[in-house]
Amino acid sequence: MRKERPLIYGLMAEFDTPEALLNAAKQARAAGYRRMDAFSPFAIEGLAEEVGFRFNILPWLILIGGFGGAILGYFMQWYGMAISYPINVGGRPLNSWASYVPPTFEMGVLGASLTGFFAMLALCRLPQPYHPVFTAPQFDLTTRNRFFLCLQANDPQFDARRTWQFLANLHPVHIMEVDHDPQDMVAITHRIHSEEM
Amino acid sequence: MAVEHESRQKGLNPPEPVLLPGQTYASIDEQISAIVLKRPLTPGWLFGTLLSFAFIMLLTFTIVYLIARGIGIWGVDVPVAWGFAIANFVWWIGIGHAGTLISAILLLLNQKWRTSINRFAEAMTLFAVACAGLFPLLHLGRPWAFYWLFPYPNTMALWPQFRSPLIWDFFAVSTYLTVSLLFWYQGLIPDAAAVRDRAQNPLKRLFFGIVSLGWRGSAIHWKYYESSYWLLAALATPLVVSVHSIVSMDFAVGIVPGWHSTIFPPYFVAGAIFSGFAMVLTLAIPLRKFYHLEDMVTLRHLENMGKIVLATSLVVAYGYFQETLMAWYSGDRFEWYMVQDRAFGNYSFAFWLLLLCNVVAPQTLWVRKWRTNVLWLFVLSLIVQIGMWTERVVIVVQSLHRDFMPSAWHMYYPTVWDWAALTGSLGLFAGLFFLFIRILPMIPTHEVQKLAHEREPHPERENPAAAAKARP
Repeated sequence: MRKERPLIYGLMAEFDTPEALLNAAKQARAAGYRRMDAFSPFAIEGLAEEVGFRFNILPWLILIGGFGGAILGYFMQWYGMAISYPINVGGRPLNSWASYVPPTFEMGVLGASLTGFFAMLALCRLPQPYHPVFTAPQFDLTTRNRFFLCLQANDPQFDARRTWQFLANLHPVHIMEVDHDPQDMVAITHRIHSEEM
Repeated sequence: MAVEHESRQKGLNPPEPVLLPGQTYASIDEQISAIVLKRPLTPGWLFGTLLSFAFIMLLTFTIVYLIARGIGIWGVDVPVAWGFAIANFVWWIGIGHAGTLISAILLLLNQKWRTSINRFAEAMTLFAVACAGLFPLLHLGRPWAFYWLFPYPNTMALWPQFRSPLIWDFFAVSTYLTVSLLFWYQGLIPDAAAVRDRAQNPLKRLFFGIVSLGWRGSAIHWKYYESSYWLLAALATPLVVSVHSIVSMDFAVGIVPGWHSTIFPPYFVAGAIFSGFAMVLTLAIPLRKFYHLEDMVTLRHLENMGKIVLATSLVVAYGYFQETLMAWYSGDRFEWYMVQDRAFGNYSFAFWLLLLCNVVAPQTLWVRKWRTNVLWLFVLSLIVQIGMWTERVVIVVQSLHRDFMPSAWHMYYPTVWDWAALTGSLGLFAGLFFLFIRILPMIPTHEVQKLAHEREPHPERENPAAAAKARP
């Protein structure tokens, strides 16, 4: 199986424990690899940082979404009740702000939640039905009981032979080649964890 | 395993584990996905689904008849213009609250025992809110114009009246439904991917492939996933409190004796959690038995839920006490008359029934032997639901039927269509739930696996036999 093929997506190592994967990711990082990703059946604390996750913008987007929703909600009520169709209800002020608090709160929560869900999908580039890693044999076990580390071929450090040797030294269960995406790989590669600077 | 479980049930050991030992990553995945993928159609499931379907037909028929004839087919009339429909709405939406409580608040409080029950508790929320949403719409009288509640640009240049609690309610319930759906669906994505990877049938692969959106368990994805999941939980927590508070304002903002009270928001929220946890018990107990999930939904879960039922029962009891005390202490003639009428008037049987169900019966849970008796928990959960539904009916009907003017006093008698709508909505709830447990993984695989990982770092290595057995 060991042969030089320049046009592959990367090399994938399979581990049987989360700790082995975390350790492998740490070592790969120490060895200078930057374009890599790890795959696991459940979230592993600290793994994302090892494979190059740096800044989590999601909470900020949710904050903006929440305030945006609340402001929009209040504006809608104020505009509707005080400007567009003013009705005097028992002498209450047209801008009776206290009555507008519940819908404002609900709109804030709605804005934050919709932003949270859809921004999460957008940041993950999901939905994405096809990805080269799916072609790796046994990769379906990533949702079951196996832990994978993929070192991508577009990493400057990547050399099929040396990288294979590097992975072998980590004592994985298997090492596999991952074939290329038929389409242009670069476009799909996560911009998030590229540290090409 | 069964024998071991039996002995655990009998002995009063220190706290039950939330996941019984011997489960590996693979066996957890196997057991959960097998319910969806491999389990044949059982007569029990078929019978339950068909029975629910019959009640859905009854509901459909009722709705058609209601639209054709108007809400006069129900027993509502002045002064009791809000009958079963509004009581059902309040009851159903309250049931939904336990799902959000389990999935969001217990997540934030880092309560590990929520893990295996959160998925179906969230599903329960969705279905309960769907049932709840039906009633106010049907009660509008002209349900086809329900979208007038929505602030959309219209040719009449009209706006909904934002000062009205009924509009607040519309915003609260629709936001609640949306947020619950997002939260539930997000939790489902990695599990749908797990089922996709196990499925042999190409159609099932396609279906779960679409549902999972191409999830591949990337570390970066997990990071965003968890970030979003926790923040959604943090948002859902005040939301769930706001929803039943706003529902209670539908009543509390009115001046009717028995409604016009500041205790209503917290009292309604506690009642909601109370009935909701009872519903989770009603669903969890048969599910763990028929689908052999005793390893993941352990006695510890049931016992903890029993404790929450007991605690919320006490809060609800305090609410009853405060209502009575304030009516007396305020010196308001109408309020005090309302309390007397509630206890000794036309609907007094309902009042004493609700006290028996909501206050007296849950006191058995102080005793550990009763709290860990699965059969009693199941029976009690049904008692609590009857009690809470009765409470909603008493609040709606009894308060209205004796308002300020004796000349306006009138009785409310539910008609057959009132009962048909109630039982029909129960059928809709049960039917949706039966479909859910067949089609989607009802226990969050990845969360239980994480739990297994936190408990013993290498379950696969320590149990090679179990791991080998569960391998495909």
